[in-house]
Amino acid sequence: MPDVTSETKLQRIGSDNAPSSWGLGDGQAIPWEYAPAPESREIVTIRDRYGLFINGREVDAADGETFGTVNPATEETLTQVAKATPADADRAVRAARKAQRHSWGQLAGRERAKYLFRIARILQERSREFAVLESMDSGKPIKESRDVDVPLAAAHFWYYAGWADKLDYAFPGRVARPLGVAAQIIPWNFPLLMLAWKIAPALAAGNTVVLKPASTTPLTALLFADVCRQADLPPGTVNILTGPGSIGMHLVTHPGIDKVAFTGSTEVGKKIARGVAGTDKGLTLELGGKAANIVFEDAALDQAVEGIVNGIYFNQGEVCCAGSRLLAQESIVEPLIEKLKDRLSTIRVGDPLDKNTDVGAINSRAQLEKITELVESGKAEGAEFYQPACDLPEVGYFFRPTLFTNVAQSHRIAQEEIFGPVLSVLTFRTPDEAVEKANNTPYGLSAGIWTEKGSRILSMATKMKAGVVWANTFNKFDPTSPFGGYKESGYGREGGMHGLHAYVRLEDR
Amino acid sequence: MASRTPQPKGEAAARARVSSRAVQKAADRAAAPRIEVRKTYKLYIGGAFPRTESGRSYLVSAKDGTPLANACRGSRKDLRDAVRAARQAFPGWAARSAMNRGQILYRVAELMEGRRDQFVEEVAAAEGLRPDRARPLVDRAIDRWVWYAGWADKIAQVLGSSNPVAASYFNFTIPEPTGVVGIVAPETSSLLGLVSRLAPPLVAGNSVVLITSEKRPLPAVTLSEVLATSDVPGGVVNVITGLKNELVPVLAAHVDVDALDTWGVPDALRTDVDLAAAESVKRIARRPRGVADARFDWTDDRAAERPEWIAAFLEMKTVWHPIGV
Repeated sequence: MPDVTSETKLQRIGSDNAPSSWGLGDGQAIPWEYAPAPESREIVTIRDRYGLFINGREVDAADGETFGTVNPATEETLTQVAKATPADADRAVRAARKAQRHSWGQLAGRERAKYLFRIARILQERSREFAVLESMDSGKPIKESRDVDVPLAAAHFWYYAGWADKLDYAFPGRVARPLGVAAQIIPWNFPLLMLAWKIAPALAAGNTVVLKPASTTPLTALLFADVCRQADLPPGTVNILTGPGSIGMHLVTHPGIDKVAFTGSTEVGKKIARGVAGTDKGLTLELGGKAANIVFEDAALDQAVEGIVNGIYFNQGEVCCAGSRLLAQESIVEPLIEKLKDRLSTIRVGDPLDKNTDVGAINSRAQLEKITELVESGKAEGAEFYQPACDLPEVGYFFRPTLFTNVAQSHRIAQEEIFGPVLSVLTFRTPDEAVEKANNTPYGLSAGIWTEKGSRILSMATKMKAGVVWANTFNKFDPTSPFGGYKESGYGREGGMHGLHAYVRLEDR
Repeated sequence: MASRTPQPKGEAAARARVSSRAVQKAADRAAAPRIEVRKTYKLYIGGAFPRTESGRSYLVSAKDGTPLANACRGSRKDLRDAVRAARQAFPGWAARSAMNRGQILYRVAELMEGRRDQFVEEVAAAEGLRPDRARPLVDRAIDRWVWYAGWADKIAQVLGSSNPVAASYFNFTIPEPTGVVGIVAPETSSLLGLVSRLAPPLVAGNSVVLITSEKRPLPAVTLSEVLATSDVPGGVVNVITGLKNELVPVLAAHVDVDALDTWGVPDALRTDVDLAAAESVKRIARRPRGVADARFDWTDDRAAERPEWIAAFLEMKTVWHPIGV
């Protein structure tokens, strides 16, 4: 406990001369310079034009139309990709069906496994190429695409490769059969990683897939098509359709589809659930979140600060499970906020390809506008606004790490998913109040707990209505670890043995 | 009875006099047919047996057309009350230890055993069966409670996992109940089908709002009387009789219902139920593809007893903690 009264503490937080562990005052820029450390773009060759990937071949859209994909850090159009039409979707579904019936679906599990191991290996071999391309197309910092997205994507294929010939042991007493053709629709925040989460378990179980990447981040999926070719994957096993959301909905309602898997907003998730109404299609939804990161007074505060920063500023806060609500116990809120502001002043916002960058570019102009609008609502509703004084690049879609204190539960910034680097701080006095506030949302994807007391961790973990609970850590992912939501954050799990369940039909032995 | 025969004297004599009168009375009664005390079939909400607030009923007949009883024609308001009761009861039921929940559900089997004859009579009447054909169905329904009760303290071990993540964290996954589950009971199998759908979400720790078979609701009402005298807390199971066309859409659209078992949803309502459920991202457990309610063989243990049906009403929670000193 700090030995100062809350009044003097508050003055310190607001004062430019206040001492702190970094020797920085509030709102000051970091006093030392970082030399630019850009990752080379040379490893990536971006062609002028990309087609769809159907039946193992790259083809133009039926009507030849294309659309541009933009580097959000430079606002430059990187390339043109084919804009799939419903006719293309029909062809992709037919190709997938044929492969499911005659090639991929006929392979023994141990043969499927070897293909998936091959894919994992190729992803590892070409990891830097994928990382650079991912950062260019999505705006995420190279250190995240290099150290998180790409290695985890490879690890997912590796993990599920081993399941392909062991399904009998995943469902004791039952025989697991593939569902058939899966339509998979993925978001723009982790383009390659979400592709891996979707494709790896589907293929392991013997399904074939038609995947639609997000329209702002199609490039790593198209590079993955090249991996499928290098791996000699039977044509039609994986098909990739780039295009607008309407192509996704066309797939969802397509009679040739047996299973739909979607990651994205709760609003679109509900639309997709309506789209499969009245059919026997399988459906898994991984939707939005508004996670609470709960810090108790006995927490290791410096570790908690790192966890909070990782929780909300990782990937620009464009994470469905982001810890976007900080619930701080009243007795420590002041030192915690002070440490947090201090830490924010050291965050480097800028060029995603710079190896020192912590927060890259917001994925699109539309998303930047949405974040801006919600932040304005936070100010208008009376929450206290704070941003560190960091420089932003002159071009590109950037947003400073943002902190709101004195947030009420009724504020939009405490209720709505912002999907940006914006943290809302609320307070609580008792564990019961923390539980009440943490669960007071229609979402239920993740939660964070910071305390040094083991029994409290287990009790809080049990009371969180959330599919993933991080205790004294946050935003950790692993292919063996099931991930997915409670309540309106969706249903079904991805990762682990549980992730297989979404792609099989169980029959009697 | 009032004849003037010589009266014996003393206490013993007085007792003998009274007993001979009772014997005489009983004999008189046997001569006249006894008027049966009929049962009023009511709803079961929050541990109480109210009539429907709507004041409506509908005639339930046996398969051969013989009128059996007036059942409550439950209303939208009754359903809402039932959901409220289920929501209130949920945290307590979910917090019971697995073993305790298992014992409580086993107790339901014990009490059903004691009412075996009553169930046989009701199932026979509802389903148009001879008693000797109804009896195995009742016996199987009792045995099914026993089978599911035993899962209470095992399902977490079968479905949970400890996950070998590639970093220094302890990581485990445990199942937790989803919440309030709406069940639309099978239309054909009045008791065995009903028990087979009711037991899985209950053993998982959910609370339930159940819409009974429309044409064969009476065994379900009797089952609710069993539940009321068992140790299943009030509100954990709520039973509504009535017309499915009226009730099912309300249940499917209720935002405080977390999951639906749509086994007994009439085909004509199927798409609307899915659409309504989508609005609050409800989990849906469907009848398996190609299975007809009327033809499903509930006596086939392999087909009708499945841990997957428990899993359908569980959420998997994964917890991470760093390993360090």
